[in-house]
Amino acid sequence: MKNKILEKRKLAYGVHEFWIENPIVSKNAKAGQFVIFRLYENGERIPLTISAVNKDSFRVIVKAIGKSTYELCRLNKGDFILDVVGPLGMPSEVKYYGNALVIGGGVGIAAITPIVKELIKEKNNVDVILGGRSKEYIILENEFKNANNLYIVTDDGSLGEKAYPHQFMEKMIQEKNYDIIWAIGPSKMMKACSEVAKKHDIKIWVSLNSIMVDGTGMCGGCRVRIGNKLKYTCVDGPEFDGRLVDWESFEKRLNQYRKEEKIALSKYLQEVGEPTWL
Amino acid sequence: MAVKQRLKTIERNPNERNKDFNEVNLGYTQELAIEEAKRCLQCPNPTCVQGCPVGIDIPGFIKKIAEKDFEGSYKVLKKYNSLPAICGRVCPQEIQCEGSCVLNKVGQPISIGALERFIADWAINNNIEEDIIPEKRINKKIAIIGAGPAGLTTASELSKAGFSVDMYEVFHDVGGVLIYGIPEFRLPKSIVKKEAQLLKKLGVNIFTNIPVGLAIHPKELLEKYDAIFIGVGAGTPKFMDIEGTELNGVYSANEFLTRINLMKAYKFPQSDTPVKIGEKIVVIGGGNTAMDAARSALRLGANVTIVYRRSENEMPARKEEIKHAKEEGVKFQTLTQPVRYIGDENGNLIGIECIKMELGEPDESGRRKPIPIPNSNFIIEASVAIEAIGTNPNKLLLSQFDGLELNKWGYIKADEFGRTSIEKVFAGGDIVTGSATVILAMGAGKKAASVIKQALY
Repeated sequence: MKNKILEKRKLAYGVHEFWIENPIVSKNAKAGQFVIFRLYENGERIPLTISAVNKDSFRVIVKAIGKSTYELCRLNKGDFILDVVGPLGMPSEVKYYGNALVIGGGVGIAAITPIVKELIKEKNNVDVILGGRSKEYIILENEFKNANNLYIVTDDGSLGEKAYPHQFMEKMIQEKNYDIIWAIGPSKMMKACSEVAKKHDIKIWVSLNSIMVDGTGMCGGCRVRIGNKLKYTCVDGPEFDGRLVDWESFEKRLNQYRKEEKIALSKYLQEVGEPTWL
Repeated sequence: MAVKQRLKTIERNPNERNKDFNEVNLGYTQELAIEEAKRCLQCPNPTCVQGCPVGIDIPGFIKKIAEKDFEGSYKVLKKYNSLPAICGRVCPQEIQCEGSCVLNKVGQPISIGALERFIADWAINNNIEEDIIPEKRINKKIAIIGAGPAGLTTASELSKAGFSVDMYEVFHDVGGVLIYGIPEFRLPKSIVKKEAQLLKKLGVNIFTNIPVGLAIHPKELLEKYDAIFIGVGAGTPKFMDIEGTELNGVYSANEFLTRINLMKAYKFPQSDTPVKIGEKIVVIGGGNTAMDAARSALRLGANVTIVYRRSENEMPARKEEIKHAKEEGVKFQTLTQPVRYIGDENGNLIGIECIKMELGEPDESGRRKPIPIPNSNFIIEASVAIEAIGTNPNKLLLSQFDGLELNKWGYIKADEFGRTSIEKVFAGGDIVTGSATVILAMGAGKKAASVIKQALY
């Protein structure tokens, strides 16, 4: 397994699309699943949602946040990833529901592309909301052409309506009945959308980006409380009913290595200088 | 009859070794090994062999040490055990071979583990390789899932017998618990690497980074292979699930040890994966894993306390590990049970509320049952808590394997030879027994290999 980077494209500042050659992942991946990368010896294990597959390759879309994702974004076409393990996690529960609403926020838009595709294949009516900080952060817009309706919202109103995704979602639910909802994006967005869904008593799937080490159910680091039961994001998820997620502890756990992440990133930037490649 | 005392192995000074991850026990010198080997009575009916889950010819390999024939000794050893350098270091000899040694009746048993390790290390240092050409090649394919002790043993046995063996491992490296669980100071990774490399020489195809079940469906395996051996371990950590389990700073021993052992978090920020240390670390549990976690934490500069709900007598850890932990400065607080984790407003652990325990009548495990003493609650300050209270079966593969019968705890149902409810599918090690020892997993692998050989020859 060579894990060669076949294509790389910059989608927004710090957001990059990679096509990686790996027939095992591309053959078996289903919507909602993820892979774990390790770039080199002593590198971190980086979980990334699979955003599309081709014959012998698959796509991930990476947002540079910490040292490891900065380094990943610095790689180019023709480079190799040392380890790629996947597909991991339970696939999305895609079937015929009727009316589906799918919300993608920021880099979370990458994660909803295969779900929307599958929902359409299962003959659902699919409405899609794409949200971002500003128009630069709305990515992959043209991959949702087959959806019944596509709406765009931005925090600053530079594209589409000026609103947060959950506000627009509320408005949509007032106008139309939905049988199922997906919301994938920053945890604040997923939490807000889950609250709206709870209020209207509609099931909502969210995909949790917990901190993980192995991704195979072995370390328990990605644990999250779902309906008062401890679950492991990597093997029980990554998708859960957002109405049951204990968002408070989830968000605190996401921040647990903030200090260490800062140390690692600043050390890295000292070594490589201005990250002009972002 | 005067019997000589057993000779001690060389151990590094506790105050020096508790600051680094280098090996604690340095084993025997040649002279010491020969001296110790000469103590063996060479019983005609050796009880030590019965005490060994893989039935090593113990008197045989010890005799050759006494005769200074180290290469001959290695050959005897390797006939029975494909991972002697590992077993010599991590087997619970005191309850197995050494526990069954006749010398127990008149003095101290032969130091079988240390002698095994001596021979294995000697062979590695002298580049002695066993004769690895199988007698004949057999046109049958075997899949081994999981490259831990059970899988490694099965793969090696079957490959030596001439089968074509493909081994699948979900991690980037082989060894399983030997590399992510057991720390460097007790089992150097280089030893695991060397013993695993022999598998490659035997012709085993090793595929890493493959989550069988998701990347390869069990159905596909059943079509492609003549037999399948599942040795995926019981890696899913248990938590007490008390209030505050989600707090930052609460770890499973698996996570703490994986970050340190596999991801080299002790070198952070030279390595990329961090681990929380803080001043005060509490490790909960009394097994080998608890000792490993505590001693690792100590080496990272923390003040470490082991909290265990029974007394030290009931601790399941090897006596040597308890002794080493104490020598190095780990504190023990027994008859104590955590009841609640206490956090600050940012979700970080700051303390553990515990209750004192007393021992009642023996329970189903045969150990005296711990009973809480009412109103004895107190708080231990800690910024990191590590739970080492056992594991559950790993469901990554099992959830995908239709028709594979599991027992009520979720482990694979298998007979003593590893036969499962599906023809052609065998299983062994922790995924059958629940968390046990390296050598028991190897024993299970060996038995399954013998049945597979019989069925497919």
